[in-house]
Amino acid sequence: MNIQFRESQEAASPLTTKTAIADCDIHPARATRTELYPYLAKRWQHHLEVYGVHAYQGMMEGPPYPKAQPNASRRDAYPPEGGPQGSSLSFMQKQLLDPNNVQLGVLNPLNTGQGIRNHELSAALCSAINDWQIDKWTSKDKRLKASIVVGNEDGLSAAAEIRERAGDKNFVQVLLLSRNVEPLGQRRYWPIYQAAEEAGLPVGVHAFGFGGNPITPSGWPSYYIEEMVGHSQCQQSALASLVLEGVFERFPKLKMVMIEAGFGWAPSLAWRLDKVWQRLRSEVPHVKRPPSEYIREQVWWTTQPMEDPERREDLFDVIKWIGWDRLLFATDYPHWDYDEPSRVLPAGVSEADRDAFYLGNAKTLYGIA
Amino acid sequence: MASLIAGGVDCDVHPAVPHLTSLLPYLNDYWRDQVTTRGMVDLVSQSYPKNSPIVARPDWRPETGKPGESLEDMQRHVLDPFQLKHAICNPIYGVQMVFSEDMQAAFCRALNEWLAREWLDRDSRLRGSIVIPTESVEKSVAEIERCAEDKRFVQVLMLVMGDTPLGKRALWPIYEAAERLDLPVGIHAGSAYHNPPTAVGWGSYHIEDYVGQAQAFQTQLTSLIVEGVFAKYPRLKMVMLESGVSWISPYLWRLHKFWRGVRMETPWVDRAPLDIVRSNIRFSLQPFDAPPDEATLIRLFDHMQSDELVLFSTDYPHWQFDGQDALPEGLTPDLVRKIMIDNPHATYPRLK
Repeated sequence: MNIQFRESQEAASPLTTKTAIADCDIHPARATRTELYPYLAKRWQHHLEVYGVHAYQGMMEGPPYPKAQPNASRRDAYPPEGGPQGSSLSFMQKQLLDPNNVQLGVLNPLNTGQGIRNHELSAALCSAINDWQIDKWTSKDKRLKASIVVGNEDGLSAAAEIRERAGDKNFVQVLLLSRNVEPLGQRRYWPIYQAAEEAGLPVGVHAFGFGGNPITPSGWPSYYIEEMVGHSQCQQSALASLVLEGVFERFPKLKMVMIEAGFGWAPSLAWRLDKVWQRLRSEVPHVKRPPSEYIREQVWWTTQPMEDPERREDLFDVIKWIGWDRLLFATDYPHWDYDEPSRVLPAGVSEADRDAFYLGNAKTLYGIA
Repeated sequence: MASLIAGGVDCDVHPAVPHLTSLLPYLNDYWRDQVTTRGMVDLVSQSYPKNSPIVARPDWRPETGKPGESLEDMQRHVLDPFQLKHAICNPIYGVQMVFSEDMQAAFCRALNEWLAREWLDRDSRLRGSIVIPTESVEKSVAEIERCAEDKRFVQVLMLVMGDTPLGKRALWPIYEAAERLDLPVGIHAGSAYHNPPTAVGWGSYHIEDYVGQAQAFQTQLTSLIVEGVFAKYPRLKMVMLESGVSWISPYLWRLHKFWRGVRMETPWVDRAPLDIVRSNIRFSLQPFDAPPDEATLIRLFDHMQSDELVLFSTDYPHWQFDGQDALPEGLTPDLVRKIMIDNPHATYPRLK
């Protein structure tokens, strides 16, 4: 977070920022509005100029809830050569990758082809953003790895995009967003999971997205903070759907990463699922084991934004319940609620847990040597 | 096993309306005629299908009729064996699903009358919640004021998933009336199904809806806090009923972090969300959604940093525990006393 909120900080972590880390949630941006056009057919360039993206939300430009800062990003992250935050590789290297010794940076592009009502346009934009990730980012800095962005509402074309990119070492995961037309466990999304499992790629589910559903089950709230906090509830419902529809049972090698939605809620959700499943399992006979087992075996969590208890050690209880081997450090650069790597873990964490948290878990999950 | 103590308050029991026709004696001629002429059927929410295992404990399930429709059963199953001083009746009949504010107001009034005549009049231990027609704030306030004359009504009852987030300003006259009349507002699990039951759309299963109640409570707490309900009505208490409890602390850690980050958006929230919850929000005990081990329970209650948040409930006749094991393992005798007696009395002034 780039806002100072504690008067007295605990003793700084002994971690020096020279220790290599993975950053599992970096948001690369386009420097100009038309930066994707070289990767798009003329038809779609024209379409965008005339009709826009036509998302599952009403605004032609910008989010339904105005962010707290321009582009929801750090004010100090504007590249010196111009363009929005996160749009310059050289400045990202200077501000994020080099000083923090990021050995592995996972790119999660937002505002791409997802959450768009025209599914053909969605597929074209996703393919374009994947080409763009290679050209602009991963081919120029080997620390960076891309996510295969897929047209989320059309499972078949999404699966085709995954198969086309499978085996390309520029990509380390498939990217979905948490909010879609239906909960993520629904059958329409299964071709995505099948293709990802076949390709040996984890599926990252990043908070946000548009699917036309109000961001609370009682309708649209008033404020940006409600949307922000609400992403963790969306993620919980999406994960519950994945478990209860039997996705993990059907695709036992599938790995999923919950990105930028917090992790503090994970134990409570798993306990609740287990308890209710004991009562109601006759309704979901395809869920053969206690839900917490699927979650423990097949789900990972990025850390940012770390929940922030008054007593920071309380969070260690939660991490212990989840497993230190399941957390992936992330900064969310260049967004405003960036977690600073040298500050997120106070003293008192074992070296093995610390190494796993900052780097080891990510390398193992994403298959980086 | 922590020992139950006598004289406790069960803050969430569910007397069932046997059928819509059970309300006919409490409807005026026009609405009686509407129900019969139009062939209206029973208003059962799919949040609680009658035969779902979670809706009635096997040994609390009657041979015929709906679980919870018999006072004698309730006496035999909970009021007597748990040696309760009071039990607060929260009818979860499907009146909130109705779209017409006129019809909803008629049904809510009938439901409240039915509760007073057929339950509160027949057992002096029972207390009631006022079910309100939320399609109309004006009619809701009128129903609160009407029922509040009867001191056995100790709370206003709303569903966690209604038409709008609960903090929305349009609803505030309800909260003004509740605070003025010493009535906490109970927010109970369940949906009017006027919105998809999750924030990511319609799931497939009953179990999914039930798991999703916890996420609904979380979004409602955010709404209530950031809209400023408790800045405007500082004496108002709200009780999350059948909400689950293990999510409370991690949820608040997240809300607290973002509040510090973007509090400029809602400057009237002049106290930390954690503090607002400690002073104004309470949670019913069941369903206790944590593993049955003492060490975890001790950590969860420690995370709350307060022994005043939780109120005893059995959630009768729902199946949340077996036998007399309403209290999870590991509660100290002091905490049992707080949960069963002190906290409910501090929350519900009308229990005095």
